[in-house]
Amino acid sequence: MSEKYLERGYLTLDELKEIIELPTEERLQGKHPVAVPECPQRIPCTPCKEICPVDAVKMDNPNDIPIVDYDKCIGCSLCVQICPGLAFFMIHYCGDKARVTMPHELLPLPKRGEEVILLNRKGEEVGKGKVVLVIPREKSVGDTPVITVEMPLELAWEVRAIKVKEVIE
Amino acid sequence: MRIQEHPILDFSRRRGRKVTIYFEGKPIEAYEGEPVAEALHAAGVRILSYTPEKNRSRGLFCAIGKCSSCVMVVNGVPNTRTCITLVEDGMRIERQHGNMPLPRDYRPPKWKEAEKREGDIVIIGGGPAGLMAGIKAAEKGAKVILLDENPILGGQLVKQTHKFFGKREQFAGVRGIKIAELLEKEAREKGVEIHLETSAIGIFQDGEKRMVAAIKKNKKIMEFYGKAIVVATGAMEKMIPFENNDLPGVYGAGAIQTLMNTYGIEPGKRVLIVGAGNVGVILAYQLIQAKVDVVAVVEAMPRVGGYFVHAAKIRRLGIPILTRHTILRAEGNGKVERAVIAQLDDQWQPIPGTEKTIDVDVVALGVGLRPSIELLHQAGCQIIYAKELGGYVVPHDERMETTVRGIFVAGDSSGIEEATTAMLEGKLAGLSAALFVGKADLSAMEEIKQAQKDLEEFRSGPFGKHILEGLKKVMIK
Repeated sequence: MSEKYLERGYLTLDELKEIIELPTEERLQGKHPVAVPECPQRIPCTPCKEICPVDAVKMDNPNDIPIVDYDKCIGCSLCVQICPGLAFFMIHYCGDKARVTMPHELLPLPKRGEEVILLNRKGEEVGKGKVVLVIPREKSVGDTPVITVEMPLELAWEVRAIKVKEVIE
Repeated sequence: MRIQEHPILDFSRRRGRKVTIYFEGKPIEAYEGEPVAEALHAAGVRILSYTPEKNRSRGLFCAIGKCSSCVMVVNGVPNTRTCITLVEDGMRIERQHGNMPLPRDYRPPKWKEAEKREGDIVIIGGGPAGLMAGIKAAEKGAKVILLDENPILGGQLVKQTHKFFGKREQFAGVRGIKIAELLEKEAREKGVEIHLETSAIGIFQDGEKRMVAAIKKNKKIMEFYGKAIVVATGAMEKMIPFENNDLPGVYGAGAIQTLMNTYGIEPGKRVLIVGAGNVGVILAYQLIQAKVDVVAVVEAMPRVGGYFVHAAKIRRLGIPILTRHTILRAEGNGKVERAVIAQLDDQWQPIPGTEKTIDVDVVALGVGLRPSIELLHQAGCQIIYAKELGGYVVPHDERMETTVRGIFVAGDSSGIEEATTAMLEGKLAGLSAALFVGKADLSAMEEIKQAQKDLEEFRSGPFGKHILEGLKKVMIK
C-alpha cells in the first residue's frame, strides 16, 4: 500500500477500493442504506464496532481498520453518529438517485428539503443535492448531527461533505 | 471579536458578569471568569509587552501560563502572567516595557504566613492525567489534594471539541470538553480537595513528608504536604525558528484553542497553520467550526503526521494541506500581517521560486510539544532525552514511579502522547500512589494490571510504535 493518501490528506475512490471491498450494486439498491467506512489507517479506535447493534463491524484488535459486513448492516446510522473521525458514511441507491448520509458538525445545519452544494473528498463543488433527512445533535448518540442528501447516482462515491448555500439578504 | 454562534459550544454559560478593566487607562469590557490576556485579545489588543533590549513587541503564545510571553503590569505589579490571571472589575493593566521593578509600596507575601494544607497525596496538574490520578487515589480512601495553575480544571481537554478515539469505556466517541466535565464531577464527588489558580513552584522533602510550595492567585503562598506526589504538569508548545517568529499573532496552536474554544474569542480572521500533526489538523477543523478562515496547513514532512481521518475532515471542506512546505517568515508592523511559505526539496531546503506571500493575521504553530518536567527536575528525578517522547523526560517504572521514591508522573509530562493514554497513566499513578501511602488494598493491583493492559493494547498500532521506542529508554525495570 503506497499510502499516497497521507501525502494529500484525502482518499481517491481507487485507493478506497484497494483498502476495502465496496458493497455490491444489489446491496446498494437494497431495502436499507449501507454503512461504508473511509478509515484506511490503523489507529486505536473502536466505537463503530462497539455501537453496531447487529455486530456488522469486524475489528479484532482496536488498532485494526473496521470492515463492515454489508449483508448484516441494517443502515441504522449509529456508526455515522458515533465515529470520532467522522469517517463513516451510508450510501443508498434509490432509482436514479443516490442518498448519502454523512456527519455535519458545522453551522448552519441545513433543513429537510433544502438544496445544498455538494463537495467531494478534496472540497471541490461537484453539484447540488437535496437534504432528505436531518438527525440533529440532540438526537444523535454521538453528539454529531447527521444529514442524508439525495443526489445524482453518479455522485454517490464522490460526495462526502456539503456546504449550505448562503442566504443573500 | 467574540464568537456568538458555535455548532458545539455554548459560551453564554462560561461568560460571567460584565466588568470593566482599564488597559493603559482606556476602559474595556470583559466577562468575569476570563483571563486578562484573553479579554484584551477580544478587544483587539495583540501587543502585550516590549522586550528589554530590542524593544520588540510580544503577544500571547501558549495561553496556559507556561511561556511568560504574556507578562504585563497588572494593578502596578509587573511580570504578571495575564493569560491565567482572571479579570477583576476595575483592574488596571499596562503593557510591560522590558524589566520593570515592583512598586515601592508593594509588600510581597512572607513564607511564615503560608497557608498549610495536608493530605496523603498531592497532585500537581488537573488535566486528564492528574484528575484521573485523583479520582483513583480518592476512590481507594486516600486524602487527595490537587492543584492547577489554570482557572479551570481539565487541562487541554477543555478546548477539545472533537470526539476522542480509543474504546468507549475510555471515553471514545465523547468530546474532550465533555470528558473534562465528567472527570471534574467525579473528582469533586470523590472528595478531592481542589486548588485552582495555584502554581506549584517547588517540591521539597520535609522529614517523612514532601511539601509542594505554591502561589495562589499570584498573591498567597501555600504549602501542601503529602506522603506521595503525582506530577501531571502536561506539556509546553514547541517553537520553530523562522524570521519574526516572535511577532504577536504567531501563536501556539493550543493558545488559539484556548481563545476560541474555552473563552469564545475569535483568534483572528485568516490563519496559516504550521504542522499537520494531530494538533494542526484538529485545530484547522476547529477554526472552520468557529467560522475563521484557514488559508492552508503547511507541513515540512512529505506526509500528514496526524490521523488520516482528521486530515480528511478538513480536506473535504476545501482546506489545502501543503506537505513538503514550510513557513519562511512572518511579516507585519508590530504584529502578523502576512506569512511567506515555500516548498522544500529532499534536503529540507526551500526551493527558490516557490515562495508565496499570503495575507494572514495569525500563524498557528502545531509543531510539537515537549514535556513540562521542571518540577520533576527540581525534585531530583533523573532526566534523560527521548526524542520519541518529545524531549527530556524522567525515567519511571511500570507503575509510573520516578527515580525518587514517592514521586509519580503521568500524562504528557511523562512523555507526549494523548489524552486517552494520559488518563490510563493517571489511573496507574493514582493507584500506585494510594498503595505507596498505605491506603489501597490488593484490589488496586488488579486495576493496575488492567490499566497496563489497556495501555499496551492502545499502543499496539503504528502510532504507538514510536512511543514504545521511547518508553524502552525511560522504563525502569
